[in-house]
Parts: sequence; structure tokens; C-alpha cells
Amino acid sequence: MIGRRKQVTAVADAPPAHGRRLLEVEDLATHFVTPRGLVRAVDGVSFSLERGKTLGLVGESGCGKSVLSRSIMGLLPSNVERHGSVEFEGQRLDQLGPAELRSFWGTQIAMVFQDPMTSLNPVMRIGRQITEPLRFHFDMDRGQAEKIALSLLESVNIPEPARRLRQYPHELSGGMRQRVVIAIALACGPKLLFADEPTTALDVTVQAQILELLRTQQRERDMAMVLVTHDLGVVAGHTDEVAVMYAGQIVEQAPTRTLFSSMRMPYTAALLQSIPRLTNASHTRLNVIAGRPPDLLDPPPGCRFAPRCPYAQDRCREEQPPLIEADEPGHLYRCWYPVGTDEAREALERNLAAHVPQAELAVSGDMTRAAEVEAALEGAGAAAGPAAYESDGSAADGPDGTPADQADASADESDGSSGDTAGGTEASSGPDGAEVEIGGSD
Amino acid sequence: MPPPESFSGASSGAGSATPTLAGPPTTVPPADTAALAGAEGAATAGERAQRLGWGAKLAIGWLVLVVAAALLAPVLPLDDPYEPVGAIARQGPGTDGHVLGGDSLGRDLLSRLVWGARMSLLISVTSVLLGMVLGGLLGLLAGYFRGRLDKAFVGVFDVLLSFPQLILALTLVTVYATGEGVSSTRRITVLIFALGVVSIPVLGRITRATTLTWSQRDFVHAARAMGARNRSIMFGEVLPNVLPAMFSIALLGIAVVIVAEGGLSLLGVGVQLPTPSWGNIIAEGRGSLRDAPHIVLAPTVAIFLTVLALNYLGDVVRARFDVRESAL
Repeated sequence: MIGRRKQVTAVADAPPAHGRRLLEVEDLATHFVTPRGLVRAVDGVSFSLERGKTLGLVGESGCGKSVLSRSIMGLLPSNVERHGSVEFEGQRLDQLGPAELRSFWGTQIAMVFQDPMTSLNPVMRIGRQITEPLRFHFDMDRGQAEKIALSLLESVNIPEPARRLRQYPHELSGGMRQRVVIAIALACGPKLLFADEPTTALDVTVQAQILELLRTQQRERDMAMVLVTHDLGVVAGHTDEVAVMYAGQIVEQAPTRTLFSSMRMPYTAALLQSIPRLTNASHTRLNVIAGRPPDLLDPPPGCRFAPRCPYAQDRCREEQPPLIEADEPGHLYRCWYPVGTDEAREALERNLAAHVPQAELAVSGDMTRAAEVEAALEGAGAAAGPAAYESDGSAADGPDGTPADQADASADESDGSSGDTAGGTEASSGPDGAEVEIGGSD
Repeated sequence: MPPPESFSGASSGAGSATPTLAGPPTTVPPADTAALAGAEGAATAGERAQRLGWGAKLAIGWLVLVVAAALLAPVLPLDDPYEPVGAIARQGPGTDGHVLGGDSLGRDLLSRLVWGARMSLLISVTSVLLGMVLGGLLGLLAGYFRGRLDKAFVGVFDVLLSFPQLILALTLVTVYATGEGVSSTRRITVLIFALGVVSIPVLGRITRATTLTWSQRDFVHAARAMGARNRSIMFGEVLPNVLPAMFSIALLGIAVVIVAEGGLSLLGVGVQLPTPSWGNIIAEGRGSLRDAPHIVLAPTVAIFLTVLALNYLGDVVRARFDVRESAL
């Protein structure tokens, strides 16, 4: 309703010659220039998104999913090199200057941030935070903007909206604040919304409400959405298409239904297996993906998942698999030995025969060995020590989330402190933390 | 400490904020009370004042008293601070009804103290405001944009800080406002400017440091992602969050500048006599310290209490600000 009100940018009046296609990302690479070298946070990502559709962007912490969304918007710090093209309604966003980009932000593309505790200004009333973008994008007067703010708060199901407008963020609960954040993002009627882990900081019951809210808003406004998350459960219920990212690349991409029915990439399969089942007996060991994501300063030459993959062969370690199309339309994956094929079964048997630890772990499900595998992998990939990974993680993905720690956490559980020394990260999230996080998805 | 009743004309101006210091009823209208408390900044009405501790209340009370006395000096029933009145030179407190006695030239010391407060506060508050505006602006730009601009500004701050502050101010005043025919107004203007320059790096650094942390917050990214301009993010989003820290340092800054003005007066480059300031009352009374110590003592106590109150309130403001930040 708000989006149709008034269009200010010239682009918005351009004829919709490209039909339903809204966003086209082609071979996008985002590299951070750091004192230690080039961090390849996003490395050759391509995808497209149609109007009104939702793309789920899934992966562990530090895989580049947050950087990818910021990179598409052009919201990056200055120590960044960006290559490739980003086309929004036929307009090359990557070639626009800062002032032109600003006219897109808010009105065409908006973003919901992860933590509603920090994404609202603590010293500004809610009302002003919602009306401000309306006033500078559409030149509205205070009264008009406040009317719209009121209707926005109503539409995101905030009780007593008139009173909320005059409140400060600290007077609202976390879920309420995230609704406000969403209201702000929707204020100027964007056609594309990036939701960067919008529910990670909220508790499970509120998560579902917020996701439902995003879905209804999206339908009402015919708005496309990129839902960044580490939670496959969220993705299953709320997206049309899923792209799984690993170490800065898309490793598998498919319509959501296809992905879950016939996944090809061992990494996707491993992610899915690491979700605890409600049907499991109590105190079942959690499944883990042994090891940790590679150092983005110096990624492995072959497949980036190879060091952790139960199916990995020599070819995987030497030659990077291309993103190829599966039998189903629109299903892309990046693997030499895709899950479910005879080649993969043979590869796994070879690995088992050779006592490759992660293969044995994956097959036996014997999580008491997780720490052992962890240690073996750390030894093999000693080049990228824990410290190296830590800094990459923060550069690439910010201090979000725990999934990368999941492995550590469960390893700890299985083998006391040895997992800790191997992992090198704090296990404060603990097995319980991991369980809650994923548990909400089932 | 000068007895509160000596300022009875002004003390009821502080009546509502400081019940303990309320004096006999006077002609000060209530509207002025609010204005004074507002000007004081730290004194806020209503529930907030209720939650302040005794120390803070006393500090606010004293400051309101001083500010009120300074502002109302022309209308208070005081003797002329420039003319000797009777034979009270070097006479102690209480002589002939002169509450604080006389100074070395036989002028009423209380009157000079009140008029001196006017001058000391004028100089300290305006110079810190100057430092707050300039230092704040530089610090905000440095902390927000970082990079080369930041390096340049921090360099400027460091250079300014590395000069002994009193020497820097002394040099500026000596060069621009000493010698024959320098008017009193010019001297005061240069003093304010010199002490303002001295407070730029202090306020600039605290603003920069606070801006650095606040401009990394998600709400700043969010505002940017909504298409807000740098200018409106800096002044609309970041600055309001940085102000409490600036304010708490500014309170300390006023205290430092009051002392610095005293130091400059002792060195002979403070406010020109016969215009009184706390600093030059001390400088003038220094000669008769042995036979009339009250001349030096009165302004010293005034400076001591004011600086103490400002420092204490600065800490209270900072504590409050920290609590609010951690609650979010």
C-alpha cells in the first residue's frame, strides 16, 4: 500500500522490460583487504530472484552469507574489493555512486538486521525512527509521516501503536523491537528485503511469529526477500528457493522442495543431519560436521568442503568442482561425488577402508569419536590455526551465531576438555545452545 | 565555607532543588528558578532529582547558588565591588556588617567574590562551550569517517595536548592581549579563546572515542541501509548518543578551566584588575596573606567547592550514562 504511493527515483518509472526478474547477481566476488592478505568472503556467486519470491541463504557462520547480502546492497566498508555485476530491475547497482545508491536504499531495497537490541537508536523515540526515512525519501510533513508510521505499526501487529510511537526502544521487548525494525524496513515500500538472520536473537516462540509476519508482509506487498539464516528449518518453511553457501561460494542451489527431497551436496546433507530430531531419545549425541570452515585467506585448492567431507577423494582435493545442473530443473550443485549416486557410495567405501576419520564418523554416528576426528583434522590443516579462523570469521560474517561452534560444542560434550583444546573456541553455547537453536526449526 | 545565609538573596533560587539550602523568602520569581536549574544542566526536575544521592544534591545546590549569585550580581544588595567602603581594608569577616570583610584596598570582599564568580563562570563556561563545539565537531568527524581524516585530527589533538596547557594559554594571552592599551574586553575574549583551544583536544578525544563505538552500532548501519545521509546519521543518530559522554567531560573541563584561569591570574595574565575574578582576587590578596588570610581564603574555598561539585556531578552524569547504556 505504501510502495505504490509515490515513486521518487527515475529507475522506479523504468518499464518492467525484464518481466518478473527483480535481482540478477552475476559472478559476484567480495574480497576484504586485510593486513594478512585478501579474505575471499564472497567468491563468484551468481543467482537471480523474481518479484515476490523468497531466497534462503544458508550456511555456517563465516561462510559469507551476511557479506553477500551487504555486498549486493553496496553497504560495505572501504577496505573491500568487489567484482561481478548486480542488476536490480535492469539497473547495474554495482556501477552506481554513493548518492545514487542512497536513493535505492530504503525505497527499493531494505534490510532487517539480526539483533533488534542494537539496530534501534536507544535515544530516539520509535515514532521518529520510523518517520525519518519517510520524511527524507518522500518529503512528507510530520503529520503525514506519523499517520503512515501508525498504520505500519498496526500492520506488524504491535498493540497500542499510538502509544508505542512515543516510546523508546528500551521500553519494548525483543520481539516487539524486531517488529519495529521490520516496520522501519517496510516503511518506504521496498521491492526487495534482505532479512539478515532476523530471528537469531529472539526466542523460539517469537521466531515463528516474526517469520510469519515477514511472510504475510511479503505477500501483501509482492516483495521479494532474501532470508539469510543458518537454520535449515527456517528455510524449509519460508522460502521458495535455497542457496547453500560454504566458504564464500554457493555449493548447492535448488527450489526448496527439490533441495530437501534430493540434495546432492554432502555439505547440505551434513547440515541437515546435524539438526537434532525430536524423535531421538533423550541425551542422544548430536550429529556434528567435524572440523571447521577453511581459512578464507587461503582456501584449499580443490573442493572447499573436501577436508571435512566423508566422500572426499584425491580429485576433490585437487580440482575444484564447477556448479553444475542436476536432472531437476534449477537444481545446481558443486560436487564430484554427489550424494545418492553410485560414485559417492564407492567413494565412501574407499574412505572407510582407508579409515578416513570423518567418513567413519559420518557412517557410525559414533560421536564419542568426534573429538578425535576434530584433532586429526586440526593436525592436517594446521596451516589455518584457530586464531586464523577466528579473525576470518569476524571479518567475513561478524560475531553472529553458533553453528560453527556446534562441532566444538558437541565434541566437548563427548570428550571433556580435549575437544576444547582441539577446537580452540569457547564452547559457551554448549550442546544445549545448539539444540535450542536448531530445535526451533523442526 | 562561606555560610549559606550570606547568599540568602540567591539561595532561595535553589529552593526547589535543594531544600537544605533554602533561605528566607526573597523577590526571585519561580520562573527564574527553573531557568537557572535548566542552565545548570545537571539539575533536572521531577522524579529524577528525587533519585539523586545527597552528594549530588549538595553539588547541584552549590552550583545553582553560585550560578544564581553570578547571574543576579547586578540586582543583589551588594556594595560596589570597585570602590572602597569605609575603613575595612584587610579587616576580617563580620567587620561593620561586611560578611566577608574587606580586601586589601578596603572594598567589600563578598561583593568582589560574587562579581568574580560572574567573570570566572563566564570565562570557564564559554571557553568549554567553544572547546565542546570545535573539539566535538572534529572528534565526531574523526570518529565517524575514520581513515586519514581521523589520523590528521588525532595528530592535531596530540600536538595540542603535548603542550603544557597553562603555557599554551599563557603564550596566547601574552601574544594577543598584553601591553599598553589592551582593553579589558579584548583580554577576556583572548582568555576565553586560549582556554577554549586548550580544551579542544580533551573534548575532541572523548568525542572521537565515543563516536567510534557508537558509529559501529547496527542502528547506524540500519539508518545507512535506509538511505540516510552521512550528515543526518552523524548529527541525528550518533551525536545524541555521544552527548552524555561529552557533557560529563565538559563538566570536568569547566572545573579545570576555573583553576587554569586562577593560575593565569597569578602569573599576571588573567582578567585585568580592577575587574574581579576568583583568580585575580587570590592574586591580589597574595601580598597580605600573612595579616589578612581571609582575602585569599574566600575565593580559594569558592573555587574548591565549585571544582569539587563539578567533578562530582561529572562522575554522576557518567555513571548514569553508563547504566543506561548497559541496560540496553
